[in-house]
This record gives sequence, structure tokens and C-alpha cells, in this order.
Amino acid sequence: MKLPNTPNVTRRSFVASVGAATVLPPATALLADSAEAAPLAAHHGATAPTEPGQSVYLFFNVAEARFIEAACERLIPADESGAGALAAGVPNYLDKQLGGAWGAGERLYRSGPWLPGTPSQGYQLPFTPAELFHTALRAINQDLDKGGTAFGDLSAQAQDTYLKGLEAGGQDLDGVPSAVFFDMLLRMTIEGFFSDPVYGGNRAMVAWRMIGFPGAYADYYEAIDQHGVKFERAPMSIGEDRHGHVHVQPAIPATL
Amino acid sequence: MVQRLKEVDVVVIGVGMVGSILSKELAAAGYKVVGLERGQARFTVPEFQSPAIHDELRFDVRKALMQDNTREPVTFRNNSSQTALPVRRWESFLPGTGLGGSMVHWNGQTYRFQANDFELATRTRERYGKGFLDPDITIQDWGVTYEELEPHFDRFEYLLGTSGKAGNIKGQIMPGGDPHESPRAREYPTPPMKEHFQGALFRKAAISLGYHPFPQPSSNLSQPYTNPEGMKLNTCVFCGFCERYACEHYAKSTPQTVILPVLLANQNFELRTGCQVQRINLDSTRKRATGVNYIDAAGREFEQPAALVITSSFAINNVRMLLLSGIGKPYDPGTGKGVVGRNYAYQTMSTVASFFDQDVIINPFMASGASGTLINDFAGDNFDHAGLGFIGGAFIGAVNTNGRPIQYHPVPPGTPAWGKGWKDAVLKHYNHTVMFSLHGSSVSQRQNYLDLDPTYRDAWGQPLLRMTFDFPPNDLKMAAYVTAKAVEIGKAMGAKQVNGSPRKGPYTTQQYQTTHNTGGTVMGKDPSTSVVNRYLQCWDVPNVFVIGASNYPQNASWNPTGTLGALTYWAADALKNKYLKNPGQLVPT
Repeated sequence: MKLPNTPNVTRRSFVASVGAATVLPPATALLADSAEAAPLAAHHGATAPTEPGQSVYLFFNVAEARFIEAACERLIPADESGAGALAAGVPNYLDKQLGGAWGAGERLYRSGPWLPGTPSQGYQLPFTPAELFHTALRAINQDLDKGGTAFGDLSAQAQDTYLKGLEAGGQDLDGVPSAVFFDMLLRMTIEGFFSDPVYGGNRAMVAWRMIGFPGAYADYYEAIDQHGVKFERAPMSIGEDRHGHVHVQPAIPATL
Repeated sequence: MVQRLKEVDVVVIGVGMVGSILSKELAAAGYKVVGLERGQARFTVPEFQSPAIHDELRFDVRKALMQDNTREPVTFRNNSSQTALPVRRWESFLPGTGLGGSMVHWNGQTYRFQANDFELATRTRERYGKGFLDPDITIQDWGVTYEELEPHFDRFEYLLGTSGKAGNIKGQIMPGGDPHESPRAREYPTPPMKEHFQGALFRKAAISLGYHPFPQPSSNLSQPYTNPEGMKLNTCVFCGFCERYACEHYAKSTPQTVILPVLLANQNFELRTGCQVQRINLDSTRKRATGVNYIDAAGREFEQPAALVITSSFAINNVRMLLLSGIGKPYDPGTGKGVVGRNYAYQTMSTVASFFDQDVIINPFMASGASGTLINDFAGDNFDHAGLGFIGGAFIGAVNTNGRPIQYHPVPPGTPAWGKGWKDAVLKHYNHTVMFSLHGSSVSQRQNYLDLDPTYRDAWGQPLLRMTFDFPPNDLKMAAYVTAKAVEIGKAMGAKQVNGSPRKGPYTTQQYQTTHNTGGTVMGKDPSTSVVNRYLQCWDVPNVFVIGASNYPQNASWNPTGTLGALTYWAADALKNKYLKNPGQLVPT
């Protein structure tokens, strides 16, 4: 299957996204990202049924989304083996995470004082993930503006060079060390690629299919001692079992 | 305005496995027990059901079942010259919270420490001589022996229904089991789990090198089981969602599946959830506890008077409770004096990755939390350390527990961190790699300790626990030695490429290692080097018992839960048959 892997296509998907955002009310937008809708309609060209769906960005502004779409695709590019981050909906995953509880500092201890730490002490900045992304992306886009070429319009090689510069950590992005931003971007890109599609990435479970991970499927009792035999089963999303199922054990009370 | 409640016989802080067992034993003996749990009530139905429970992002990456670190983190530094800073996200270790505690999300790996471990200082001196150890090492004997604990190990394993193969029954070596284990009275309650492919590859290679592989003792069960409390467990289906998850199948032994329903049915027990204990209250002599103060989920403060206080929280939280309550003398690393917070230890984890050709299909996602195969040939003192310059060791095992891909996508060293090179490597190796865990011991050392942070506070305004820790040189030497042995096993499996990653310093809070934090309220015979006596009773305040892995004077080569279960029944026995019949200090000083 042929999947988009050029900056130009990236840019077109972004344009389509912005168009969608202006007409879709939020409820519809969320529905469009549900697992049932996972293999979303192609937005350009009838020959690409597995192309990315339209991401409706609630968190990223236009300039931010352009960078994120192109950067994620360089971190996990589409190639002959299958979809990259863009087709898998990773920018959409990032947008929903950063616009929600995670972006607001879920599971992050946020009391000062704020002191620079050692690597062993981990993240010590006052920024929430949402603040960190907005701050860093503004600085990055200002920096790119000086060169006159948007990130998405650079060659793949030039994009990689720019990303490596961020990764190396030398730049101060308005208080965000570029390595910290890059590390968070990379971690979240991998999360979005491999997490359950209910979170808006891993569309149609493309990433799970590529590696052969069966997802939320849960019963290998008969298979586990069939050593060395490839387990052939389409993956399962937690969104597929709408009613759930309950293992009833009458002896154990469900509630107090 | 603090509301004073009616006095009860016993108040238990933390209703995990330890709290559930003690509460059940004491309530059944006729005592009025109140269990205070800071988290929420939760049960297999409806909370733990699939498919929602099989969500790697929510439970693995976002750590949904863990202690709320936005309200109650710890601070950390590698050494006393640094300023400790809050661990703003859990990574290295993951304390649980909520009814059932950390055993709701454990892997079910259920070991016994060996006889040698309980008398480590004495036996090390006897075998290797006085000057063998680095003088900074502060290992000591536990004050209790394996022989004394054996019936309690047995009782705990039969409560859980642990699946395994005995290697030594009353001194007789049993084929297929671990020949290095200390003698047990009888076989495991249920037979071993099915062996996964990684385990089979490891077994063959280990035998070819003359080692003694055996099936990992598992509290995810190999067959249906009814425990002595009348609780029924099911067969594990190897779903690959154990650690950091709750089990929807009633196949993993947790408080919810093995004892809580029995406890909750006892009218002598009252569970209160959402209750954050602020301190244990002392009378004016500071030698007797009068109860505890706690704040409920709605922010109301209560005083719960009690004749006996048991703190059975996660290890580091037990330490903090004593420090916040002013029980026991805090440890001072400068003078070496004081006991609370002393001998904090951890676990020294290393890994070996064996990369196979594409025709070797591993299916890493088929697993339970404890269905591996391992050897104890390089664990504990099972090999001669003379001339090696360290003590301790590690079990080496193909103990893979899952193939959840956000966290599990092994690639060889030198692989780019991103881009096509990374993607190619992930796709190439995901289904063709065997990972070994090297589960290493951890000596206590003068410089490593826990105390209260001078700056950072929790959501209730109390000081956070401050952790000062780095890997002792002893343990890094051990890790290097054992990793080299494990690499040989990887090569003997026929892997195309084998990479060992011995644990190296400095210790970082930013990479998951284990949640086997130990020490800080250690047990022992000498009040100048221990917080509690051999019955886990506070030396300074005899009506306070502290029970958790915080009692371990140092950590051994195995997961600590089995040993903690034995200590719990040991303490329950002492409480019922000694202390409560005649309250007072059980060990004369």
C-alpha cells in the first residue's frame, strides 16, 4: 500500500484538517475519532483508502499543527513496511492528550520551588505539557520564520537535521530546553503510534498490525505452549467490545 | 475542628495485603478493627473488567493505579551534597494506592528469601572473614530465622494458591524445582504454569551450561484453586496484562481475590476508604500510642483512638508515618546514629537482550506476570564470592511478562532513537527477541537513607519523604559479574546477537526498575540498629507495630512479596498469641 511520506502530502492533510475544523461541531469531531470510524475516508485521491483521516485540532493552532504533522512523520515515517505517524493519527493523539488532562498536568507534582535538577531527578520545569508545547512551538516557528521556509516545506533531510538540533539540546526555546521538548515529543509520538486507537492514534490499529501485537485480546491459554508458532489474529481495540464483559463470581461482592 | 471517634481495639493504616491479613486475623480473634485506606474501594467487578483494563496508555504509561503523586510524591537526591527535588512523575518505582494496595497490580512473582538472607551479616563474616565487606556496608541479621518463618511462608503460599515446583522438601532435593531453595514443608499448592517459548529456550541453554532452571513461582494460577479462607481462584489465560494492571479473571492472587471478602464479612472489621492518616498520636510519655488522626476524602479531620496501631502501608510510607509521628530516633548519616530511615535499600536490576533471526517466533504478548523460567545459581550466596569483592547476586531468568508495545519494543544498541532506522529495527525485533531479567540484591549502606524533606510538602501540608540513594559499589560489581554469566546463557540459546546491560550508576528516578523499596524501619535484635524487634513491634512505642518491606535490613535477590507475607503471618501470630494476651514489650531490652 502506498502511503504519504512527503512533506507536500503532509501539508495537504493539514489544510484539509483546518477546513474540517471550521465546519464540524466538537461532538461530531470526537465521534469521527472514535475507534469505529478508524479507517477514515481518504481526503485526496481515490486510490488511497488507508490514508489518514481528518484530524480536528482542538489544541494546536495552525502553525503548531503544521510543525507537529511534519515532525511526527519524520520521527516515525511511512515506508514500505506501512504507515507512519501521520497516517496513524499521531498528531491527532497529541492534540487530544495535550488539550486534555495530560496537557494540564495530570499526574505531575506541580509545587515549587523550582530548581534545576540532575538527570537522575528528572523533569523539574514549571511548565505543564500544554504550556511546554505552546512555548516551545512558538519559539521553533519563530526560529524557522527567520529562514523563510516552514518546517513542512523543508526537504526530509533538512527536517531531520533540524530535529537533531532540537534533540541535541543546545537551543533555549523561551525557557524550554530543546532536548526536553524533543524528548516529550518523541515519547508522545511513540505513545500515539502504539496506544489503543480509542485515544486517536494508531488508526485502524496500523501499528499493532505491523508488529503483530493483538492489542486488547486476552486469551492465550491454548497458544502459549505452541512454541514458535506465529499467532495469526487481527488485533482488537478496547473500543470494539462496546458492552464489555463481566466475569461474575457470586461469592465476591461487587460493592461494599 | 477534629472529631473524636469511639475507641477501638486496633487501627490499621493501609488496607493492602498486609493490612487485610492482619485485620482478618485480629477481627476473627474477636478484636474490633478499623482499617484506614487512603485510596478508593475497588473490586474485580466492576472496576477491573476487560476490555477497559487492557489499556497500556492508561495503566502502564499514565500509571492509573498508583499513589497520587500530585498530592504525595517523594523528593530525591543521589547523595547528601545535593538538594533533593520532588520526583514529579513516578518512573523508577510505583507505589500503589487504593483498597488491596500494590498487590492489585503486582506480577505475582512469589519467592521465599533463603535461610542465608535472614542471617546475612553473621554468615558473610563466617564464610568470607571479617574484612571482606566495604566498611560503609551496614547489612545485618533480621533477628528471625528462616526456620521460624517457614510455617508462615507456607501459610502465605497456600493463601495465594501459588503455582510452582518445590526444589527442596524437608531437605530432599526435588527434580524440576530450585535445588538452592531452603527446605519447605511441602509442595506448592498448585503445579507450575505452562512455560512460554522464552522460558523453554532459556531452560535448554541453562541446562547445557550446567545450571539448574526451574519454573517461576507464580500467584497467577495454573489451575482453579480454593484457598483455606474458602476463596476460589481461576486459571490464568496469559493475557499479558499483570504488572500495573488489575486482573479481571480472578486468576491473580490479590487481597480482593484471596482474603478481602472474608474480612469485609466480619462484623468486627470496619473499612474506611479515602482516609489519609496524618500521624500516629502519642501520649505525654511518648512511649504509648493513643490512636491516629486522619483526614477523610471530604477534608474532615478525625481522631480515631485505638489500643493498638498497626502501620501496614507501602514500605516508604511506613517510614514516613513514623517520622511524621515522632516515633523512633531519625537516622543521621553523619554520625551513623538513629534508626528511622536507616538502611534504605532497593534492588539492582540488570537486563540481557537476545536478538534472534526472523524464523524464531517469540509471541512476547503471551505471558503472565510470573510464567518465566529462571536459575538461582548466581543468586544470594549460592556461589562462592571469595575473590570477587562483593556479596549478593541475582536470579537470572527469561521472565518476560508482556509484549505491550509502547513500553516493549526492544532494539539492539546503536539503533537510532527515531526515524526509519528506528522503525525498521522495532518491526524486525519485536517478535524475535528474548529478554532476561537479572534481579539483583541490594546491600544497605551508610550513605543511603530516608528522612523528611525540609522544603517540599504534600497536599495536606506535611513534609514529603526525602530519599537519598545511590547504588553501592558492591552491587554494581555484582551486576557486572552476573550480567556476564547471563550473556553466556543468551549465546547458548543460539541468539544472533546478545547484549548485556549491567546496572550502572548513578541511580536514576527516571527509568522503571522495580517497586521493591526496602528498609527504613528495619527489624533486628538491637534497638540501636533497628526500629522494630523480631516481632515487628516498635522498640520505643510497644503498642505500635510496623509491617512492610520497610522491615528488611537489606534486600535479597528476589521479589520481596513472599517474604513479606511470611513476616505478616509471623507478626499476626505474635500479636494474637503473645502481645494481645499481655500487652507490653515482647522483647526485653
